[in-house]
Amino acid sequence: MRLPGDIDLRCAWGVFMRNATDYKRNWWFNILPNFFEPLLYLLGLGVGLGYYMRDGLEGQGFIAFLAPGLMASAAMNGASFETTYNMFVRMTFARLYDAYLATPAQIQDIAFGDLLWAVFRALIYGVSFAIVVALMSIFGAGIITSPWALLLPPALLLIGVMFALIGQVYTSMIRVIDMYSFYYTLWLTPLFLFSGIFYPVDRFAHGEVIAWFTPLYHAVRVCRGLCHGQVDAALAGSLLWMAAVSALLMALVPRLLRRRFFR
Amino acid sequence: MFSSADRVLVALSSTDDAAIRARGLTKRYGERCAVAGIDFTVARGEFFGFLGPNGAGKSTTMRMIYRATPVDDGSLHILGHEAVPANDRLIKARLGVVPQEYNLDERMTAREILEVFSRFYGLHGEARRQRVRELLDFVELGDRPDAFVTTLSGGLKRRVQIARGLLGDPDILVLDEPTTGLDPRARRSLWDKLIALGERGTTIVLTTHYMDEAEKLCDRLVVMDEGRIVAEGTPKGLIAEHVPPHVLEVVVPEVRERKRLAADFGALALAQVELADRMLFYGVESEALLRRYFELGGGAEALVRGANLEDVFLALTGHGLS
Repeated sequence: MRLPGDIDLRCAWGVFMRNATDYKRNWWFNILPNFFEPLLYLLGLGVGLGYYMRDGLEGQGFIAFLAPGLMASAAMNGASFETTYNMFVRMTFARLYDAYLATPAQIQDIAFGDLLWAVFRALIYGVSFAIVVALMSIFGAGIITSPWALLLPPALLLIGVMFALIGQVYTSMIRVIDMYSFYYTLWLTPLFLFSGIFYPVDRFAHGEVIAWFTPLYHAVRVCRGLCHGQVDAALAGSLLWMAAVSALLMALVPRLLRRRFFR
Repeated sequence: MFSSADRVLVALSSTDDAAIRARGLTKRYGERCAVAGIDFTVARGEFFGFLGPNGAGKSTTMRMIYRATPVDDGSLHILGHEAVPANDRLIKARLGVVPQEYNLDERMTAREILEVFSRFYGLHGEARRQRVRELLDFVELGDRPDAFVTTLSGGLKRRVQIARGLLGDPDILVLDEPTTGLDPRARRSLWDKLIALGERGTTIVLTTHYMDEAEKLCDRLVVMDEGRIVAEGTPKGLIAEHVPPHVLEVVVPEVRERKRLAADFGALALAQVELADRMLFYGVESEALLRRYFELGGGAEALVRGANLEDVFLALTGHGLS
């Protein structure tokens, strides 16, 4: 079966299953930290720092404000790690892409298979966070207050797709693995700090305008809206923003990779 | 992706019955011309070799065949299909590739690798398990299918690569320097596998810089140097055509001694070649060469042997294969 862009699904599935074969050997090793990470953040910041912020933020308790944004960033991290370091290692040191390319698989199938895998990882991160948050809400944390939260998994999927593709664009352009220090320090970290996870983006002048052009801001807005039942035009706009950017990058990634591998 | 019905259509639409046909095939990397307009034709079922030193353009030619790099100029047809991106899937579905570098997934076992890659050829379920088992047996890894690739020797890794290349039941198997870096026993055992495949009718294209390998395996071969084909023929034919049948090899490091020998041998040797550590004198009769050598005083270590492909290469290019 072919998808637009001449993507062969069977070959893409082969790439996905290769990663799954590798992963399932020590899956609990990989999954366990994903459960701890959100707990640590929620405990350290939500409960710890939140204690001093009894007035809350934007009319919500601090932990209720904070948790949805952390959920979005969990999906971002899951997707990003997979299409940065892991993809780079598979592409260069393991020469796995060359091996795939010697079969009927084409570069767009391989990119799509690795994308599917990264999204799967993002979903594990994001959904495991959502489960923790849902459990806390049952015990009165007030984080999830609306049935719209049932739409979190597909939203996390879209967030995963977008960040996986952004990682793929960067990975297909760099030649040395050291270049990721820029990606993490000057891209993912600022996104994490200034996308409205910890405080509203308008804390800084023009914060709202600048943030609108960055991806995590929209991801946070969608997660927060779904958790709190604020489903409005702004949320729809953010979904559209992420879908449009993803579609654009989806067309770009195979071109970049083809230029790298077929020459 | 390619059903058997597709294959029939492919077969019907091919007007060219050569396995591979190249005309003026050219590949440039910047200023450097890696392959400089070569012509060759590989017949179906043939065991075809590319012999040449490192940097001769063999690997680049292979990469163009297995569609890892575009053709810059000239034409290349594989099983009747022009090597253009639109045909790449079609062509690759019928090729098996064993690249020069070890590109096996080191985090997996031999069986896992074969199972993962069989998906690209549309194998699943029992058919996949059976194909993987057959291929593991064929490459004699049937007794340790669950060994991690990192624990395998170079020769065994190559065999896993060959099994992987055979997953799609290819019409053409392309091997780029398959025995480089292997010990003599592993080389021989790999040769046996390739001979068995050739006997089953698979077209095999192989590059090597070992003249004995080319001589033993290939029905026909081309000799490449600096991006060009300098000769083409059967191993025996090439030797008969380009060099006298016998060679006296003398180990002479000193320049003065070399000069004396070169002069004294005179017209008795049909050709002479000087290498870093030895001199080669070519002639029609081995006894005559040896007799002359002893008349001249002998002394240095010497041997007489039949001419081989390395001599052909020397005669054509003036330098050795390694």
